[in-house]
Amino acid sequence: MAEITLDKVVKRYGKLEVVHGIDLKIAHNEFVVLVGPSGCGKSTTLRMIAGLEDISDGAIRIGGDVVNDLPPRKRNISMVFQNYALYPHMSVRENLGFGLKIAKQDPKMIEERVAEAAETLGLDALLDRTPAELSGGQRQRVAMGRAIVRHPEAFLFDEPLSNLDAKLRVQMRTEIKKLHQKVKTTVVYVTHDQVEAMTLADRIVIMRDGNIEQVGTPMEVFDHPLNTFVASFIGSPPMNLLPATVRGGAVHFTDGKSLPVPSRLAGKVRDGQEVTFGLRPDDLTPQGHGIAEGGERAQMELEVILSEPLGTETILYTTIAGQEAQGKMYGPRPVSPGERLVFDVALEKAHLFDAATGRSVAAD
Amino acid sequence: MQTKRPPFWQREKYTPYLLLLPAILTILFVVLLPLIFSFYTSFTGYRLIRPESLWQWVGLRNYERIFGDDDFWAAFVRTIVFLTIALNLEFLLGLGIALLINKITWGQRTLRTIMMFPMMFSPILVGYQFKFVFNDNIGILNNALESLGLSDGAIPWLVDTYLANFAIIFAEVWMSTSVFAILLLAGLFAMPRDPIEAAKVDGCNAWQVFRHITLPFLMPFVFIAMTIRSLDVARAYDIVDVMTGGGPAGRTELLWTLIARTGYDNARMGQANAMGYISIILSIAFTYYFFTKLIASRRYMGGAD
Repeated sequence: MAEITLDKVVKRYGKLEVVHGIDLKIAHNEFVVLVGPSGCGKSTTLRMIAGLEDISDGAIRIGGDVVNDLPPRKRNISMVFQNYALYPHMSVRENLGFGLKIAKQDPKMIEERVAEAAETLGLDALLDRTPAELSGGQRQRVAMGRAIVRHPEAFLFDEPLSNLDAKLRVQMRTEIKKLHQKVKTTVVYVTHDQVEAMTLADRIVIMRDGNIEQVGTPMEVFDHPLNTFVASFIGSPPMNLLPATVRGGAVHFTDGKSLPVPSRLAGKVRDGQEVTFGLRPDDLTPQGHGIAEGGERAQMELEVILSEPLGTETILYTTIAGQEAQGKMYGPRPVSPGERLVFDVALEKAHLFDAATGRSVAAD
Repeated sequence: MQTKRPPFWQREKYTPYLLLLPAILTILFVVLLPLIFSFYTSFTGYRLIRPESLWQWVGLRNYERIFGDDDFWAAFVRTIVFLTIALNLEFLLGLGIALLINKITWGQRTLRTIMMFPMMFSPILVGYQFKFVFNDNIGILNNALESLGLSDGAIPWLVDTYLANFAIIFAEVWMSTSVFAILLLAGLFAMPRDPIEAAKVDGCNAWQVFRHITLPFLMPFVFIAMTIRSLDVARAYDIVDVMTGGGPAGRTELLWTLIARTGYDNARMGQANAMGYISIILSIAFTYYFFTKLIASRRYMGGAD
């Protein structure tokens, strides 16, 4: 049980710098998810916390002590790997107890801890099998069991669900969340899947190209993305990002359409500023088919190009500023391509980003 | 109308056998027939210089003689000792080399090729090479030792019982360590990285990672190498024959040098074949042992990733 601090941590491979001095403070018992596209440095960061990669510059502290030069075994952390990384020649029981055996713990205590972990994860019936005799989900549970028996200071998860099929992934996601509620410990979890990040995290750390783009609770990063990257990465379907120019208190798109500048952002933009207008599909709804009525609204008549019914809602594809944009229709009715509908734009939820820097104008 | 069954060589059931027939016939003529023939001669007083002795049935007399022959048993035990020492040394050195080469990144391919050089030499030439290295008068080793002031007389490398056996084992190890090194290196390349990292996080130091994770993973490769090499070493002949000829006074006699001497020099082919059959049993025993070990160590290796 400990807090983990990253202080200007840099990772270089030869001349190539892949992590550019990131700062991060992870609180005691917090569940933090590092998320980003592949190659963003999230796994490298996790492996530096684990001690599997050297830290080129900066410092990592676990529970207040600088651990830069400590080997993994002295950091008292557990890690769950993408490929489970079970020991193939050992039974499930031996796999679970291996860390404790290496630490020369009392065999009786090992047995108790293994039994406790097996019960937590529902592995009792599998203890005498070998990894080769287990399914993917079972292997992942053993890998998690191996992590919890040692009662470590922190759990590190490296894309633990990416090898499972879609259904099992959702199920294991719930189990990980339950596990964290049962076994209160600091968790650092790496994934490229923003849904996993949103559902699991106390706080999300969004990374790109070796930098941290934004840190916040799932709702913070969803409702107040700091830049266009975060805006497009978090949320599914992704936020519409449309190029526009601010003129006379209105946002003018290149195709002649325009919308008023949202009132909360009125003082933040200047005339003639090139911006990116961000609007989630949930906030672009045909009249009468939105979720919440009222609030700051504007209307736009748009032509529907394509519709994708999902049951409770239908995704509508349309064109704004020469770009494809998506809207959502709640309580859907059939829509045929080419149909022109009047859409409600929920302006209080719209975002404006500076076109040059990509930063949210609300942040400055 | 009743369809006529095609002749048997056109029926699907027989096609595989028909296609294998040339191979089966070849094996039959070049392996099985000589085996049966030599097995038969081991019950006769067959001498190469007197062909008619082929029909001289002596029953189990050849085998009785061998079992009562101290020289044979000395060679038998020496072969087992030789095999045990050589295989273990080759395994340990090969493992060390493989682990070291696995660590480096620059020049690894070159080193791998260089490592295979000893395997490219004919064993006869390796034998000559070491015969001259260990020669007591003109050998490079004695010369070096004397020049360095480490010894003041000629050390009888190929004459003394222990030194001569040591010299032969040295040559054998020099020539064949790379077999182990290459097979174990292949094993290390195939090894997944994740379990090793998991073990590090689980609290293992470098030695414990090796002992509990790397070594169990390598064992199947070790046993494959052991099986191949035990067959090779059990029939060791060329190096020994060139370096010492089994002598002096039988001090380095191994099974196959003894068998060759009995069969060709003493022309007692019947007795030599009887010895051959006993030594084959030895080889089968070793192969069986290593195969059992191999299967046991491979049992858990499937589906680990």
